[in-house]
Order: sequence, then structure tokens, then C-alpha cells
Amino acid sequence: MAGENRGIKLKIQNVSKNYDARNAKVTALNQVDLEIRENEFVCVIGPSGCGKSTLLNIIAGLIEPSQGKVFLDGEEIKGTGKERGVVFQQYALFPWLTVLENVKFGLKLQRLPDKEATEIAMRYIKSVDLEDFVNAYPKELSGGMKQRVAIARAYAVNPEVLLLDEPFGALDAQTRAQLQTELLNTWQTEKKTCFFITHDVDEAILLASRIIIMSARPGRIKQILDVDIPYPRTQETKNSAKFLEMKAEIWNEVYEEYLAVIK
Amino acid sequence: MKHTNKNILWKWKMLSLASVLLLWFILSLIPRTSRSFPFLNEVLPSIALMIQRGVLWKDISSSMIAILIGFALGFVSAIPVAFIMAWYTPVRNIIEPWIQFIRNIPALAYVPLIVISAGVGRRSQIIVIWLACFMTMSITIYQGIKSIDVTLVKAARVLGANDFDIFRKITVPATTPFIITAIRLGLSVALTTLIASESTGAIAGMGMRIRSLSNTFETAPMLMYIISIGIIGLLFSKIVDFLERRFTGWQEKIEA
Ligand SMILES: Nc1ncnc2c1ncn2[C@@H]1O[C@H](COP(=O)(O)OP(=O)(O)OP(=O)(O)O)[C@@H](O)[C@H]1O
Ligand SMILES: [Mg+2]
Repeated sequence: MAGENRGIKLKIQNVSKNYDARNAKVTALNQVDLEIRENEFVCVIGPSGCGKSTLLNIIAGLIEPSQGKVFLDGEEIKGTGKERGVVFQQYALFPWLTVLENVKFGLKLQRLPDKEATEIAMRYIKSVDLEDFVNAYPKELSGGMKQRVAIARAYAVNPEVLLLDEPFGALDAQTRAQLQTELLNTWQTEKKTCFFITHDVDEAILLASRIIIMSARPGRIKQILDVDIPYPRTQETKNSAKFLEMKAEIWNEVYEEYLAVIK
Repeated sequence: MKHTNKNILWKWKMLSLASVLLLWFILSLIPRTSRSFPFLNEVLPSIALMIQRGVLWKDISSSMIAILIGFALGFVSAIPVAFIMAWYTPVRNIIEPWIQFIRNIPALAYVPLIVISAGVGRRSQIIVIWLACFMTMSITIYQGIKSIDVTLVKAARVLGANDFDIFRKITVPATTPFIITAIRLGLSVALTTLIASESTGAIAGMGMRIRSLSNTFETAPMLMYIISIGIIGLLFSKIVDFLERRFTGWQEKIEA
């Protein structure tokens, strides 16, 4: 359908990536094809080393595929672009900048007047509940707070696509749940196309409208599942029958792949 | 809490000073060591003696000029070399082993070679300090540039930074702690090569004076000069401490 087609935000076409490791060629991705619709929340799940980060980095434009192309709104991407924001697992805050300066970083690069940049940054800092820490340096923040700053920083430049690489992977269960809720709320009010990598099946079902399961190396897309749970979702969603049903289904698929890695 | 901490620290400092004074005093009493270590009652008056001979200020200023010029030249040349080494692997592969090789040779060993080419006096003196500072500082800064977290560079790129932005907003602040460490090491190297640098036939200078006093066995003023070099070193490190607090307060530190 033509209407359906227009909603395609990201198109990953026949993408492969080989790395030249010390003494062998590693095929991290093998002919991956994927279409992500506008404002969709996609979660990618799969065993360690299956190429999830590689795929994310290719979409971000941080690495080039060995083969294949990535299109954003029908145009082939070349390098990085501020319309594709990234949140890294290791937070990647600039340690020499305060919270406010970190969030302003991208805005200043766009030559925005200082006053305007501060205004926008403050809005996002408030949205992640860190207004008491605007002048703190990253070393003074907890892991959860750092990741909130990183999310605010990515949101502040108003990207069309948000790429998140296990953003909550290093956090404890409670902080993780809290940040999931916050991200959901943000996404529900300010829709963006999200590409979210996780190892956590619960997290994937809670957040995603579609879940992509990848197979062990060489990385390929094994299965794509629609999550038929309506938004808005909250942590309570995790107790619904539909959720538990999906969880069992996905676990089976994912478990197979994890076993393949152990073997 | 902070206050008592400071108080305790202060007490330890006093105790440390007292023990060294005691040790020094004992050394000044033992016949075998008394000639090398005359006590304060002889060392303090030697300050007046050297002022009276009209050499103390001349020596200090002569040494300081050489140290500061040598250090400044070392710093200014180390920075571009460090960046070039970090950015162009072939250049690094060619230069680095030699910097490492020469760095380990005591300056005193190659001073005569420099004097033969550059002549007796100030010029050779500065070249010796310059070389020593350059070796240490270029390696330290180079390692700093190399250790920049690539995730930070990626984070800046996806926020729209170009190469120049990356240099200005990531490379420079990220290497600042290493540059300050390089300054610390450079100043210390400048001081430790002082004696070597003043064996180039300097007409004044603290190192040169220590050597000439040793010819006449005047140990009290010698000791006074030696302690003065130590005090200058202490002052240098206080200045660097200040720079560190001022420019790298954001750094995560393991509290001792
Ligand atoms: N720069 C590189 N050079 C060589 N090999 C690499 C490089 N980056 C990744 N690889 C290899 O490519 C494969 C996929 O890596 P990738 O980081 O994309 O996996 P991942 O799915 O994100 O894993 P994880 O869940 O552990 O983060 C791995 O086998 C890895 O060893
Ligand atoms: Mg990964």
C-alpha cells in the first residue's frame, strides 16, 4: 500500500558487516533487511555478539556497512546526522561539562543563541527531574541520573530517530523500571522513532511496538513480533495476561539463540 | 569533619618536619657525617654570607631563567609533536622509540656534545633543559591524546560535531589533565637536569655554585643551595596543584 509505504522512516537494505579481527574475518551482520515505520518503538533483542551494536552504529552513521545501504526518509544516509540521536550504554557524558552544559552541547553546535539553548536544555532537564543538578558534574551523579542526562541530551536536539544501545543495561532493577517508565512517558508525549537494544525480554515487551529477535553470529534477523498491547503502558502492564503470554513466547525464541552461543 | 581532618593533617606535617630536623641534628653530631650535614645554626647564616658575596640572587635568577625558558620551549614544542604523533601513526612509529631511547639517558652524559656544538654558557644550558622537558612532556601528552574515550568522540559526532568541533570541545578538555601532568613532570625534570645544564660552563646558577662550593668544602652554603632547589620544586608543585584544581576539578579522583 502506498500509504503504508510513506510511513517508512528507516530502511535497512541488505546490510552486512565484516570486521577484520586479528587472525580471522568476523561476520557481524549478514544481509539484514529491515523497515522501521515513523514513530515506531522497535526493540532489538538477541544474544551477545550477534551484531546489535554494530547495526545501531551503522544506522547512526558511526560505522560503514561492508555491504548494503541505510535510508532515512528514502534518502541514503552518509555519516552521522543530528536527526539520528544516540544514547550509549556507558552514558558518554562529557565529564568536564556540567549537566546543563552537557544537554546544551548539541544545541550550541547548531549555533543557537545561548539563552535559547539554555531554555531548551532546561526544559529537558526538568522532564528527567534533574533541575536540582543542573550545575553538577557527571562525577557527582549516580548511574541512573547520568543516563537521564544522556537521554535529555539526545532529546534536546530534537532528533527524528532515537537509537538506544542497552541504555539501562548497567542499572539496578528499580532504577531501570523507573527509567523505563520515564522513557515511555516521554515517548508517549513526544513521539519519535526509537530503535532500542536490550537483553531484557520484559523491557522489550513493555516498551516496544515491535520486537526484533536476532540470531547468533552471523547476525541475522530471526523473527519480528508485533506487541499487541495498547499504549499508554505502565509498569503494571507487566502483570497483564497478554504480557505474560508474549514473554513465554519470546523467551522460547531467544533462549534457543542464547543456547546457540553457549554451544 | 573537614576541619578536624585538616587539623590532623597539619599535626602529621609538623611531626614529619620535626623528625627530619631531629635526624639532621643527629647527623650533624656524628663525626663521620657532621662535615656533610652542618645543622641549621650554620646553614642559616650562610644565606647572609652568600648575599654578602653578591651571588645568591644572581644564582637563583640565573637558574630560574634557564629553567623557565627551557621548560617553556619544551612545552611549546611538545604539544604539536604529541598531536602529530597521535594523529599520524607513521610519524609516531618513527619518532617515539627515539624519544623513549634518549629520555632514559641522563642529561649529564650528553652535555659535552651539546657544548661542543652550541658553545659554552646560556645557550647550551637552555638546550639541555629544553631537550629533557620535551622528551618527558611530548610522551605524556601523546599518551593523553591516545587515551581519549572514543565513546565521547562518538557522542559528540552524533550531536553534530565536525572535526574541528571534536578538537576544540573534546580533544582539548580531555587532554587537559595530561597536559597538567606533563607540566608537573616537565618542571620536575627541568629542576633535576639543572646541575647537568649548568655544567655547560655557566657563570652563575645554583647548580654551578654547588659545584664550585664543593671545591672549597664549604658545606653549609652548599646545603643551603640544595635545600633551596628543593623549596623551588615544592613551589612549582604548588603552582601545578592550583592549575589542577582550577582546570580539572571535573575529574573523578580516587580519594586517598
Ligand atoms: N571493532 C571491531 N573489530 C572487530 N570485531 C568487532 C568489532 N566490533 C564488534 N566486533 C565483533 O562483531 C560481533 C558483533 O559485535 P556487536 O558489538 O555488534 O555485538 P552485540 O550484539 O552488540 O553484543 P552485546 O550484546 O554483547 O553488546 C562480535 O563478535 C564482535 O566481536
Ligand atoms: Mg552491544
